[in-house]
Amino acid sequence: MYVAVKGGEAAISNAHRLLADRRRGDRSLPAIGIEQIVAQLGLAVDRVMAEASLYDRALAALAVRQARGDMIEAIFILRAYRTTLPRFGYSKPVETGDMIVERRVSATYKDLPGGQLLGPTFDYTHRLLDPSLLTDEAVEAPLEREEAGEPVMRVSDILAGEGLVEDDGSLPNGHIAGDLTREPLEFPMARDLRLQALARGDEGFLLALGYSTQRGYARTHPFVGEVRIGAVEVELDMPELGFAVSLGRIQVTECQMIAQFKGSAKNPPQFTRGYGLVFGQSERKAMAMSLVDRALRAEEFGEDIVAPAQDEEFVISHSDNVQATGFVEHLKLPHYVDFQAELDLVRRMRREYEAAQNTDLPEAAE
Amino acid sequence: MASIQKSAETAATGDRQRAMGLLAKASRAELQAAFDALDDKPAAQPVRGPETGLVMVRGRIGGGGAPFNLGEATVARASVRLDDGTVGHGQALGTDGAKARLAAIFDALFQQPARRAEVAALLDAVAARIAGEDAEKARQTAATRVDFFTMVRGED
Repeated sequence: MYVAVKGGEAAISNAHRLLADRRRGDRSLPAIGIEQIVAQLGLAVDRVMAEASLYDRALAALAVRQARGDMIEAIFILRAYRTTLPRFGYSKPVETGDMIVERRVSATYKDLPGGQLLGPTFDYTHRLLDPSLLTDEAVEAPLEREEAGEPVMRVSDILAGEGLVEDDGSLPNGHIAGDLTREPLEFPMARDLRLQALARGDEGFLLALGYSTQRGYARTHPFVGEVRIGAVEVELDMPELGFAVSLGRIQVTECQMIAQFKGSAKNPPQFTRGYGLVFGQSERKAMAMSLVDRALRAEEFGEDIVAPAQDEEFVISHSDNVQATGFVEHLKLPHYVDFQAELDLVRRMRREYEAAQNTDLPEAAE
Repeated sequence: MASIQKSAETAATGDRQRAMGLLAKASRAELQAAFDALDDKPAAQPVRGPETGLVMVRGRIGGGGAPFNLGEATVARASVRLDDGTVGHGQALGTDGAKARLAAIFDALFQQPARRAEVAALLDAVAARIAGEDAEKARQTAATRVDFFTMVRGED
């Protein structure tokens, strides 16, 4: 039997009005604008774009503001918005080799074409609170240096020159890239679909899984071949014109993780790779993604599957924070009838238990 | 003969491709100012949009391998028809329909030999602005390049 209970409309409406008030906060302070969020909380905006799987800084900033800075709520709002829009098509694959690079570091080669470009990084900061940011002190303009005009060569191409690393990652001819926004997930899945899921996966979840592989729960011995951040062109084929046009640039972060592989009957000993690609500036996420991508390729390399990070169904089914929050948070919604049923059941079991105890007692006394 | 015609078509396609790419990267303010400065403003009938939708952005496994779907991006697009029947298309990342419509008008004008020069002036300005910004960013990045040096310790 399903029993509908009505009521609570006024309470809900008043709660939302109260939420709007708390969101705005102290009216004597100026409200923050969308441009300010984009400009000054840019990495929060980038995380929302990446995990909502929708690149639009202004809308992501709006979601952050609307969600009072709750990242998963903001991601949820932006995800919901994307379902209202029509799909115009699929872009040509972005060419990260042609990236306009604003940061590129390699942990495997000290001197490499293009050099180690630190860019705007938190690395090597002392992680001490900076009291100068309590006030709006003037900030110095960045220094400039004439650049050498040297192409920023991909580390994987350097290693490939020696034949010591696997290639970028091919799929069988005729394979069409899977799209989890169009088809339900089925396991096992091809690497392309896994990467789509990981690219929108929760940063914290992937970080923990990546960390677990380093601590011995799946052995990968990784090196960061390179991390690069910068702008790439998004090009769309225009069927009515017969050629592709650029829609503009987006910022992405890419990580090439290099891992050991001792070789097999089919393949000579060589380095294998894990790949991370994320919207915006999100180095931690790209690195975690590449670790998990590599761990999930265990079966491909005939490795024993012994750890959570290698379990495709476990990882991919739990990486989406919108799904996860939906299922966890639904527990706070009314379950009055469900609970009544369980309460009746427990009461009955308790009566039976106590009755059994009472009848057992004389025997125990004997 | 056919090949000469073909290569001329390819060149025209390349020119328009470049023009549309620059129109996508132009700001709405740049397009609006250029439109306001036109002596002879074309009347443009809407053919499609302006409308906002999504493009699924693809990446490649390992950077150069098989394609995969990275995530979507918002795109605004519009198509217009000028009085002489020329159809122009405008499309750019983001949700600015007014910008897409202006881009479509300039795409249509670009196809009219008599008016191409006016559009070319706008395109040159946009290209110069972007080149300047890119160069500045590249110099800022270059200042963060690590110069390694070796410390020699002890006696040889």
